[in-house]
Amino acid sequence: MSKQAILRARNLTRYYAVNRGAFKPNATVKALNGASFDVFPGETLAIVGESGCGKSTLARVLTMIESPTSGTLEIEGNEIALVGGKPPDELRRHVQIVFQNPYGSLNPRKTVATMLEEPLKLNTDLDITQRRAAAEEMIAKVGLRPEHADRYPHMFSGGQRQRIAIARALMLNPKILILDEPVSALDLSIRAQILNLLSDLQDEFGLAYIFISHDLSVVRRIADDIMVMYFGKPIEVGPADKIFENPRHHYTKALFSATPVADPRRRRQRIRLVGEPPSPLSPPPGCAFAPRCANAQADCSKSEPPLVSRGSVEVACFHPLD
Amino acid sequence: MSLLSIRNLSVRFKTAHGLFTAVENVSLDVEHGEVLAIVGESGSGKSVAMLAVMGLLPWTAEITADELLFDGVDLNSLEPKARRELNGGSMSMIFQEPMTSLNPCFTVGAQIDEMIRFHTDKDKQQRKQLALELLEQVGIPDPQKRYHNYPHQMSGGMSQRVMIAMAIACSPRLLIADEPSTALDVTIQAQILELLLDLQSSHDMGLILITHDMGVVAETAHRVAVQYAGQQVEMQPVLELFEHPHHPYTAALLSALPERARRDQRLPTIPGVVPGQFDRPQGCLFNPRCKFADDLCRTTPPVAAAADRALTLCHYPLTHSPEQAHE
Repeated sequence: MSKQAILRARNLTRYYAVNRGAFKPNATVKALNGASFDVFPGETLAIVGESGCGKSTLARVLTMIESPTSGTLEIEGNEIALVGGKPPDELRRHVQIVFQNPYGSLNPRKTVATMLEEPLKLNTDLDITQRRAAAEEMIAKVGLRPEHADRYPHMFSGGQRQRIAIARALMLNPKILILDEPVSALDLSIRAQILNLLSDLQDEFGLAYIFISHDLSVVRRIADDIMVMYFGKPIEVGPADKIFENPRHHYTKALFSATPVADPRRRRQRIRLVGEPPSPLSPPPGCAFAPRCANAQADCSKSEPPLVSRGSVEVACFHPLD
Repeated sequence: MSLLSIRNLSVRFKTAHGLFTAVENVSLDVEHGEVLAIVGESGSGKSVAMLAVMGLLPWTAEITADELLFDGVDLNSLEPKARRELNGGSMSMIFQEPMTSLNPCFTVGAQIDEMIRFHTDKDKQQRKQLALELLEQVGIPDPQKRYHNYPHQMSGGMSQRVMIAMAIACSPRLLIADEPSTALDVTIQAQILELLLDLQSSHDMGLILITHDMGVVAETAHRVAVQYAGQQVEMQPVLELFEHPHHPYTAALLSALPERARRDQRLPTIPGVVPGQFDRPQGCLFNPRCKFADDLCRTTPPVAAAADRALTLCHYPLTHSPEQAHE
């Protein structure tokens, strides 16, 4: 492969121990159960899935907020000793995150400039005037006006707050930006503004995005690659156009068909997914999707299907679609 | 006669900073067996207008309407007792957050039972029978067991099904669903929408669907009302709305949808934000964000166009396509 991956994850897992009271043994929740993928500079990997599928746990592991239970993570070729040890600060700096809800992720008692300067204060030797200049430059880059620098978060609308959150994430010149549902809390007319801003910034800084979302119309717009997750595991990974054109996993297909399309002439017959995702405390045997899958056969509930390469995509299914 | 008929409904709230107009001159009709979608961004007054119809607004709200009729009954002058009989009986509502709309202290069975007890004179056995049938009807597996569950034992999708079971318990003729699927996952959202449409057509109910998701609108609605900053800016059958939007706001909103834009181009955006209480512009409320606005728009509020022009609230309604107008 000619391109050099900037982030390389292999078999990342994250388990949580759950205390179920004095009379029951502790249980293990496998929130993230083996994710492997590469992210390339200037490209966007979208992580798609329903709540509880491990998307946000993955984001926490990648930002090194939490250490994984097992697995390896390489950033720019440097393997990070995640299990047990504390990752070095300069690698941590390369990965930044923007959260879903801009009403909760900004400190209401700090001005915009203070918030933007804080990462510089902690991580660099810049003096106060240099920090202020850097903050002002970033404010302009994300489409805010200079007079916004000394205002507090409550004075901004949702879209502007998300711009502030993006600016804060970019202050340390990260290489990878993790976007955890960055537009789903925003109104329709604001959403397009933020998506455009994100694609401008990606072009300008050559950023790699990991875009976590359940909104497939947005994913289709911005993703280069897609990883569909179900119950803590990737079940289909590959180039976005290939997967949208021809989903191979039954869950991916059902997910696509469940998403409403804004075209009244294309009201389609949906694939009806019965039931809900399984409880993490009592995982089904074999393929986690088998209990909801219309095409499940006897071998599906015997062993777990591994992620295998089929053409240009990887699919974890014993009986994939053609 | 229409099932629900609203003429010039306005809702104002008394706040510490003076009167705030949340809904301004909204008019709409819902027929028997019709699905009407009300679309708008947050703050467009879509929920407040329907809460006013249900009589669920607090005393600080000042509701005025030339006409507010449900099946010929004037809702605005209804005695509280008659109103209580109507709500949940012939007219009911489902809310956005299923997890917080149910009472955590009672089993879901008891909550459905309360609804039936209040509105009918069925005895205990019949009520339980009906409640179990309802749970079955909304697709809850193992209703016998679920009947005795508390809300915290259920997932979001299941709670929303219970809400729907409660809402349809007395076979209402009008069901108002306020973002019924927004808090849910896509596959569950599809199940809930399908369930609502099934119930709507099998009971010949009128259904008002409040949403901000254009995809949901396109897949469910017969007619669509678009609201902006408390005003109704356009009302059209769903096919026409998506193909020939008359109001520049609707047109801009549709073209900002990622799936309707071309991938190799930038997403068309609407500049600025929805006006709030203190920055309502002069003239047309949309003029600061409208690319077609001129001096007339900036000074004079528009009046709604005739019904054949989709009641568009605009001085210059778009005629055929957004490109042709104003050129």
